[in-house]
Amino acid sequence: DGSDDNEEGSAVENEENAKGTDKGKKRATPRTRRAHARGRDRHGDEDDEDDEGGMRRAGPRRHRSRRRGRAAGNETGDSDMEPTKARKNQANQESKEDDEEDEDEKGGKSGKGKNEKKGDKKSDKKGKKEKANKKKKDKKKSGSGSDSESEEEPITEEELAKLKEEVEEKKKLIATLRNKPWKMKKKLSVLKEAQLFVEKFEGALGKGKGKKFYAYKVMMTKKWMKFQRDFENFKTACIPWEMKIKEIESHFGSSVASYFIFLRWMYGINMILFGLTFGLVMVPEALMGKPYGSLPRKTVPRAEEATAMNFATLWDFSGFAQYSVLFYGYYNNQRTIGWLKFRMPLSYFLVGVGSIGYSFMIVTRTMAKNANDDGGGDDTSFNFSWKMFTSWDYLIGNPETADNKFASITTSFKEAIVEEQESRKEENIHLTRFLRVLANFLALCTLAGSGYLIFFVVRRSQQFALEGLENYGWWERNEVNTVMSLLGMFCPTLFDVISSLENYHPRIALRWQLGRIFALFLGNLYTFIIALMDEINLKARYFLPFTMFDRLLGNTEALQSLEEEKIVKYNMTIWEASLYNGTIPENSTAPPIQVDPADVPRGPCWETMVGQEFVRLTVSDMMTTYITILIGDFLRAVFVRFFNYCWCWDLEYGFPSYSEFDISGNVLGLIFNQGMIWMGSFYAPCLPAINVFRLHTSMYLQCWAVMCCNVPQERVFKASRSNNFYMAMLLFILFLSTLPAVYTIVSIPPSFDCGPFSGKTRMFEVISETLEHDFPSWFGKVFGYASNPGLILPFILLMVLSIYYLNATSKSYKEANLELKKKLQSVRIEN
Amino acid sequence: GSAQGSGAMGGSASLIPRDLLGEYQELTFLSKQEILLAYKRFSELLPKEERENACSARVPKSQILTLPELRANPFQQRICHVFSTSETEDDSMSFEDFLDMLSVFSDSATSDIKSYYAFRIFDFDNDGILDRSDLEQLVNCLTGQGEGSRLSSAEMEQLIQNILEESDIDKDGTINLAEFQHVVSRSPDF
Repeated sequence: DGSDDNEEGSAVENEENAKGTDKGKKRATPRTRRAHARGRDRHGDEDDEDDEGGMRRAGPRRHRSRRRGRAAGNETGDSDMEPTKARKNQANQESKEDDEEDEDEKGGKSGKGKNEKKGDKKSDKKGKKEKANKKKKDKKKSGSGSDSESEEEPITEEELAKLKEEVEEKKKLIATLRNKPWKMKKKLSVLKEAQLFVEKFEGALGKGKGKKFYAYKVMMTKKWMKFQRDFENFKTACIPWEMKIKEIESHFGSSVASYFIFLRWMYGINMILFGLTFGLVMVPEALMGKPYGSLPRKTVPRAEEATAMNFATLWDFSGFAQYSVLFYGYYNNQRTIGWLKFRMPLSYFLVGVGSIGYSFMIVTRTMAKNANDDGGGDDTSFNFSWKMFTSWDYLIGNPETADNKFASITTSFKEAIVEEQESRKEENIHLTRFLRVLANFLALCTLAGSGYLIFFVVRRSQQFALEGLENYGWWERNEVNTVMSLLGMFCPTLFDVISSLENYHPRIALRWQLGRIFALFLGNLYTFIIALMDEINLKARYFLPFTMFDRLLGNTEALQSLEEEKIVKYNMTIWEASLYNGTIPENSTAPPIQVDPADVPRGPCWETMVGQEFVRLTVSDMMTTYITILIGDFLRAVFVRFFNYCWCWDLEYGFPSYSEFDISGNVLGLIFNQGMIWMGSFYAPCLPAINVFRLHTSMYLQCWAVMCCNVPQERVFKASRSNNFYMAMLLFILFLSTLPAVYTIVSIPPSFDCGPFSGKTRMFEVISETLEHDFPSWFGKVFGYASNPGLILPFILLMVLSIYYLNATSKSYKEANLELKKKLQSVRIEN
Repeated sequence: GSAQGSGAMGGSASLIPRDLLGEYQELTFLSKQEILLAYKRFSELLPKEERENACSARVPKSQILTLPELRANPFQQRICHVFSTSETEDDSMSFEDFLDMLSVFSDSATSDIKSYYAFRIFDFDNDGILDRSDLEQLVNCLTGQGEGSRLSSAEMEQLIQNILEESDIDKDGTINLAEFQHVVSRSPDF
C-alpha cells in the first residue's frame, strides 16, 4: 500500500510536471516521457500515454501557426493552471521556446520536428479555453487551487465531491463532442483540454478514501471504452458487401440500394437460423446419433436402392438425400444420444420453436427501430417542405442519374403544385375514380385467374400421380412448381400495366403494386398448400394424415387416418411374426433375428414429404430467378446493345430498351421465399442452409446484373430506409408461415415410424418428458401452475389493457403537441 | 459522402499517428477504416509534392469538386463553403474540414447535426434564416441547370407560398433553424 501511495503520488506529480512543462515546451518531452514510464505501473500507462502522446505529437500536424495570441494566452493561462512548483521551470523554458520558435520559422512551415507547432496548439487551446469555458474557469481555478495544495494537505470531502462532479461533466462533454456542430480545430482543442482536466484531477481524486478502488475503476472504464471503440471498428469492417452496395447507391439512388440492404439483412437472419439448425440439430445427429444403415428409418429401402445415388434422384431430394440429416425422418427418437447425453428430440423441438421466436423478435425490433426514425408519425405531413429539403439523394455520384433526378424533382414539383391547385377543384374526379375501379377489377380478375390455374395444374398432377409418374416427362413432373414460378414472374408485370390506369404518385402506386402482388402470392401459396395436402393424401395411398384442411373441409376421410395407421402397424407386426416362422412370440425370450434395415417395411412419413416439397419449391424458385435474370435482363441488354446497329427503330429508346430494376417484385420474392423457409424448416433442417447459399449467390448475381444490364429508373423516387411497409409484410408472412408448423406441433400426432418424436402422441410432449426426467420435481409443479389457463387469461387481459393505455397516452401527447404549436404562433403574434 | 468501407490501409496508416487517429475517432462519426480511406482520397487530390503533408495541406475548391460524390451534387458550392475553414474565403478545405464533412454526411451522424448543417447549406446568403430568396435559389438548384426544367415564376411563387404555409410556425415569413429542424425531423427521407 505504501508503495502504491508513492506511485500514485509520484504519478500525479509527474503528471503535473508534464502539464507544467509540456505547455509549449519541447525539451521537456523526453524527460516527461521517462517520468511517466517510471511513475506509473504498466496497466494504466498505455492509455494515458496515448493521450499524453497525442497531446505531444499532435503538434506537427497542425497546419496553421497562430502565434499572435500565444504570448498573451500563455501568461494568463499558465498562471491560472500552473501549480507553484512548475512555474519556475516554465519561466526558464519560455525563453528557450522563443529561441526555438524562431528557428522553426526559419525552418519553414512544413512540420519537421515533432514538437514544432506545439506552442501554437497550446496557444490555440488556451485561446479557445478562454472563449469556450469561461464559466468553468472559475471552477477550475478553485480546483487547481485546491489541487496545488493537495500535495501538502488532504482534500476535503466537499471539494472532492465538487471535483468529481466536474470530472463527470467533462467526461460527458467528451462523449458528446462529436455531436457539436463546431469546426474540427475547436473540437480538438476542447477535447484536449477536457482530457487534460480529467486526467489531472482523476489522479487527485484518487487520493481520498477508496482511492485504489477508484483508480482501478477509472482504469477499467478507460479500457472498456477503448475496447468498445475497437469493437465498433471491427463490426464496421465485418459488414459484408458494403462497397458493392455503395456503388449501386451512387448509380441508382437509394431505392434500388434499399433492396440490397434488405437482402443483406435477410442474409444475416438466415445465417443465424442456419447456425441454430446446423449446430444444434444436424451436427449432433451426424456425430453422435446412430450411423446410416443401423435403423430402418435411416436406410434407403431395398426397392429404391438401385437409383438412390443417381443425380436425378438426388436433385429431387430423394434417395440418399432423403435418408440423411437433411430431413426430419432420419432422426431417431432416443431421448439422449452419445456420451454427452445430448437430448436430441428436445433440441430439435427447441430449435424449431426458437427459430420462430427469434424471427419474430428481430422483425419486431427492426420495425420498432424504423418507427423511431419515422419521428413518431405526426398528424401533419409537410409535403412541399419535404420535397424541397429532402428530395435530393446525396448518394448519387453519377451524372446520368443526377440528370434523371433533376428531371424527376422538377416533375414532382410541378405535379405537386398542380395537384394542390386541383384538389381545390372537383373536376374530373369521376373519371379518375372510374379508372381506378376498373383497374382494381382487372387486378381481381388476374388474381382469380391465377388461383384457378394453380388449382387446375395441381389436379392434373394428381392424375399423373395416380397413373404413375414414370410415364411422364420432366414437364409433367415439375408442372406445379414451374407454373407457380412463371405466374410469379408474369403477373407482377401485368399489375404494373394495370396500375398505369390509376395515375397515382409513384410511392402510392408502389404500395398498391406490392399489395396486389402480395395477394397474388398469398393466393398461390394457400392454393399450393391445399393441393399439397391432397397430393400427400393421394400419394401415400395407405394412409391419410390428419390435416387441418381436412378438418376445415369436414372431411371424414381424416378420421380414417388413425385407423389406417393402426392397420399399417398391425401389418408390420404380422411381418415380424413371419420372420419367426409363423409363431408370434408372446415373450422376448427368443433371440431377435437379424434383419437388414433396408428390408423392413416402412411406415408413412408425412413430415419428410412436406419437407421435401418445400425444398423442391425453394430450389426451383432459385433456378427460376436466376434464369429470369439471365434471360430477361442480360440477354435483353445484349440484344439491345448489339442489334441496335442493324434494326429499324432505336432499340435503346423504344421497345424493348434496357430493363429497369424491379424493386417491388424482387422484394416480394425475397419475402415470400423467407416465408417458405420459415414454414418448412421444422420439417427439413437443411432449408436454412440452402437459403443461405441461395442468398449469397443471389447477392453477387444481382449486383452484377444491376450494374451491367439495368438503367436507372426514370422516376427516381427515394425509398426511405425506414420503410416499414416491407417489414410489416414480412411480419405478416412470418405469422402466416408459422401457423402450420405450430398447428402440427400442437394438434397432429407425429408419424410413428420416423423422426425424433415418433412414439409420442403429440410433439410437445417432449417438454413434459424433459421436465420429468431432467429437472427437480418442484420445477415441474411450478411449470404446471404457470401454464394454468386461470393464470394465462388474466395475463392476456393485462396486456390488452396496457396496449389500450399506451394508445391513449400517445393520443394525448399528439394533442399536447398541437397546443404547443398554436401557443408558439400566438406568442409570436403578440410580439 | 460515400467514402466509406474497408479501404486499403497500406502506407496511409503510418501517416496519421495513432493518437491523432484516436482523437478523430472520438470527434467524428467515422470509424478507423473510414478515416484512413478519407486520408487516402484526400491525399490523392493533392499534387505529389504535398502528399507527405496531407494533414496540414489545403486543397483548393476546384480539386474538391472533382470528387465523384460531389461532382453531380447541385449543392457542391455551398457544401464546400460551409465546411471550409479557410481564412482567405477561397473555400479551400483542409483534411480536418474534409473529415468534418464526411462525419456529418455519414450514416451514424445524428439527425440533429445533419439538420444543422443542412440548414447552413441551404442558407445561401448566410444570414441565419431561410427567407424567400434562399428558397428560390434552393428550388433553382434542385431543378437543374437546363432551361426547360426551371419553374415559371408563377409556379415558383405558388411553391414558396405552400412551403411557408407548412413550415413557418410563427408566421414571420422566414424559416429559422428550429422550424427547419422540426420539419426535417419528421421526414422519413432525411
